[in-house]
Amino acid sequence: MCLAVPMEIIAIADNVADVEIGGVKRQVRLDIIDEAPAVGDYVIVHAGFALRRLDREDALETIKLFQDGLNLELL
Amino acid sequence: MSSFEAFKDPALCRRLLEQLREEAATPIRFMEVCGTHTVAIFQSGLRSLLPDTIVHLTGPGCPVCVTHESEVAAFLELAARDDVIVATFGDLMRVPGPKGRNLKTASAEGAAVEVVYSPFDALALAKDNPDRTVVFLGIGFETTAPTVAATIRLAREQGLGNFLVMSFHKLVPPALRALLADPEARIDAFLLPGHVSAVIGAAPYQFLADEYRIPSVITGFEPVDILQALLHIVRMRRDDAPAVVNEYTRVVPQNGNPKALAVMSEVFVPVDALWRGIGVLPQSGLALSEAYAAFDAFKVLRIDLKDHPPLPGCRCGEVLKGKIPPDRCPLFAKACTPANPVGPCMVSTEGGCAAYYKYRVDA
Amino acid sequence: MSERLLLDHGSGGKASQRLVAEMFMRHLDNEILGRLDDAAFLNVSGPIAMSTDSFTVDPIFFPGGDIGCLAVHGTVNDVSMLGAKPLYLTCGFILEEGLDLGDLERVVASMGRAAREAGVLVVAGDTKVVPRGAADKMFINTTGIGAVVVDPAPSGHRARPGDAILLSGTMGDHGLAILSTRQGLSFESPVVSDCASLCHIVGRVLDAVPDVHVLRDPTRGGLATTLNEIAGQSGVGCFIEESLIPVDPAVAGGCAVLGLDPLYLANEGKFICIVPEEDAEAALAAMRADPLGRGACRIGEVRADHPGKVVMITPLGGQRLLGMLEGEQLPRIC
Repeated sequence: MCLAVPMEIIAIADNVADVEIGGVKRQVRLDIIDEAPAVGDYVIVHAGFALRRLDREDALETIKLFQDGLNLELL
Repeated sequence: MSSFEAFKDPALCRRLLEQLREEAATPIRFMEVCGTHTVAIFQSGLRSLLPDTIVHLTGPGCPVCVTHESEVAAFLELAARDDVIVATFGDLMRVPGPKGRNLKTASAEGAAVEVVYSPFDALALAKDNPDRTVVFLGIGFETTAPTVAATIRLAREQGLGNFLVMSFHKLVPPALRALLADPEARIDAFLLPGHVSAVIGAAPYQFLADEYRIPSVITGFEPVDILQALLHIVRMRRDDAPAVVNEYTRVVPQNGNPKALAVMSEVFVPVDALWRGIGVLPQSGLALSEAYAAFDAFKVLRIDLKDHPPLPGCRCGEVLKGKIPPDRCPLFAKACTPANPVGPCMVSTEGGCAAYYKYRVDA
Repeated sequence: MSERLLLDHGSGGKASQRLVAEMFMRHLDNEILGRLDDAAFLNVSGPIAMSTDSFTVDPIFFPGGDIGCLAVHGTVNDVSMLGAKPLYLTCGFILEEGLDLGDLERVVASMGRAAREAGVLVVAGDTKVVPRGAADKMFINTTGIGAVVVDPAPSGHRARPGDAILLSGTMGDHGLAILSTRQGLSFESPVVSDCASLCHIVGRVLDAVPDVHVLRDPTRGGLATTLNEIAGQSGVGCFIEESLIPVDPAVAGGCAVLGLDPLYLANEGKFICIVPEEDAEAALAAMRADPLGRGACRIGEVRADHPGKVVMITPLGGQRLLGMLEGEQLPRIC
């Protein structure tokens, strides 16, 4: 379970962020996210609450690690 | 290619699959315990592409599926009350309780049932309906429980007097223990749920490696994530070096999310809980703490969980523990189908039997 | 005329007559309807295709359309899917007492426009007003007839192994547009319904291809359900390539957020076209020549194996079934 979708933060006001994915906009709560996100960050959203900031650099590094493990250069 | 797309990249997946085929020489049975993983493996077509040596088992990772009949009976009893509006995630609408009744049939009989996407939306419902009590049905594991806990806190801050939560939340690590405590369990490795882990971190799973010497990988839900995790599992087994590995570092911090955990432990306390198809597991569920008793639907509305006998012929318990595949249950696709689910594995679209029935292409 | 609909407006007396004259006739009038006889006198020779449908959509106004144009397009399309040229429509209204007359006029005006776009005449109608609470604002039934122009006509039974499966455009737009207005799912979306009459684009395809095997619009239940129906009726397997199915990014995003699958969401301005392989290019060219078919593409093929089933070939090259749903899709968090 735990359908959670990465969405981009386009505005923040108090404990609420406006987020967007593919033109679809929603408001999500920031009550339980540990690192305060900034506009432009991607957050993992579950049931209307932002859970975590998605670390894009980490994502790129991770992919690179996976590829290196296979001796690949795909990106 | 964006960083998101990269985790779906078909070319990378093909290479990972080739590597897996080469390295998975002996059979290995891995279990995932997350409905989202179940669906991801079937829907992406990975299930049909994995080498025969890698056996995919679906565990009790679907919180909807493991909602016990007595819990369903409790919320159906709630729905029948005139002064109550039941607010729920869509997932619970078709879960059958005693005599096959569910929230859909209750709605047809006149009950006020509202599907919400977020527990926070249920607060708005309470504000808009001051003359009725809105009860939110709290299901889900550690990913969802903090969102419900935060909502309850907000209800208190806002002084809402007509908002209650009926908690059926359950915890993943106790379920893993229960699975492995069964001497007949045949599980060689676990794929661990990425978003539950984003909340609880990696430490709660350490016993898998330390006590049971079982390799496990915390991973995301894209095909690349899953394949990479399987490759890692195969290698840990080959090297006899079981560990808990976090491969979802872009989302999961090693220590989890302390803020979410704090909110959870402020509002909820662990209790023994009933898991459909398994039975009582100690300290495996969450109930509202004393401090939040005013929001506890069980206490305020005086509803108890009444015992219900297990379903005759249903072998979900064995399927959930990886002992038999879905099509070995005599009820599968005959008496038990997604249209008329008997047991938990067929109940939700993410249950092991339901996914098997829905997605699997027979040769 | 008062601002709200009264039971009087449905009783057949002067109030009813005024409603018909001032509202319905204003927007739907034509030579046949104008006679205001008890029945319409039509002169249609040759085989005819006939379809009926009732529309209860909530909300009655949604992004990209309303219950009125949907009622026209829906029936026009059902007739068109048989390879028939839609000619005449009837419409019956069941209206709730207290309905805002401004809203009713908006809906009727929209029906008039839709009928003109489709080139059909509304030739008979009926209005009933029921007490408050007995209906949800308005329900509309439309029945349509069309002249059959091809023989053999396209039919769900006629898909054959080797046929190409074509789609006229993106999936899930209407379904998501409706959901985005539902309370409790609070999200904003730029998605609008694709509600439109398909008779003209279908006409182009029928002109370009000698024998279209199947035409069907994936409405309720979406692409997945409709393909399953065809696979079942024809006793064949439909093999679809997931990466070829067009989905608007906004629809994909909205579905991701709600945990929905766009392949099960309704479409009201798209159709599936199954033709012999050698006619696929001509059919696609005909579709793309029409404003409603710019995104037309091939999504798969019909095979003899797995009869009655729809098999999805995933972007990874794996296979899985695309089944029928038990009931409506509900947003999920699990």
